[in-house]
Amino acid sequence: MIHLTYNPIDTEQLLAAASQRAAGAVVLFLGITREFTGSEQTVSLDYEAYEPMAEKELAALEAEACKRWPLVHCSIVHRLGNVPLTEASVAIVASSPHRPEAFEAARWLIDTLKELVPIWKKEHQTTGESHWVHPGKLEK
Amino acid sequence: MIIRVKLFAQARELVGVDELEVQLPEGATVAELRAALLEAAPVLESLLGSSFIAVEQQYASDETVLQANAEVALIPPVSGG
Repeated sequence: MIHLTYNPIDTEQLLAAASQRAAGAVVLFLGITREFTGSEQTVSLDYEAYEPMAEKELAALEAEACKRWPLVHCSIVHRLGNVPLTEASVAIVASSPHRPEAFEAARWLIDTLKELVPIWKKEHQTTGESHWVHPGKLEK
Repeated sequence: MIIRVKLFAQARELVGVDELEVQLPEGATVAELRAALLEAAPVLESLLGSSFIAVEQQYASDETVLQANAEVALIPPVSGG
């Protein structure tokens, strides 16, 4: 299941969907808004997506994970809009009969999501400044 | 042909609009689109080289040939998660 939402992510619902009889392990990964990056203090993050393409890319990631690992269930949910400190911007849930596959799949899903899915974050800082995060952008 | 390019994140803020129109010859490639984008919005210079172009919601290479009415987007380096 993949989903983009402007509301807080309901992790209980995701865990319930993954907790099926065939599963012996459920892994939940949450990416949450961190206060400090080095000396910069963050107030909140804003997420923007190219929504139809992001949904396609997420669905492709889910399908690929199910091909690579024998997953019982897999969910990827990304929140858009403003995400305050300590709240989750992304949730990945993978369940499998045994734990190695669920851990590996969840790790691969978040790493690949961060490389490929057209979603961007803007950091709002305590100084009043805001900036888009574009990793690898050529600085001039 | 006219190609409309969707802009996101810093690209959208730098240009000040969420869609740019550029005029290209029939059969133009993504590489030609990049040059036309830079001409239409020089402010994109710092971002364009590290951005991808998506055509019909898929990452495209510079050799991809554009069709009139294609859905095209400029994808700056992503930072989801």
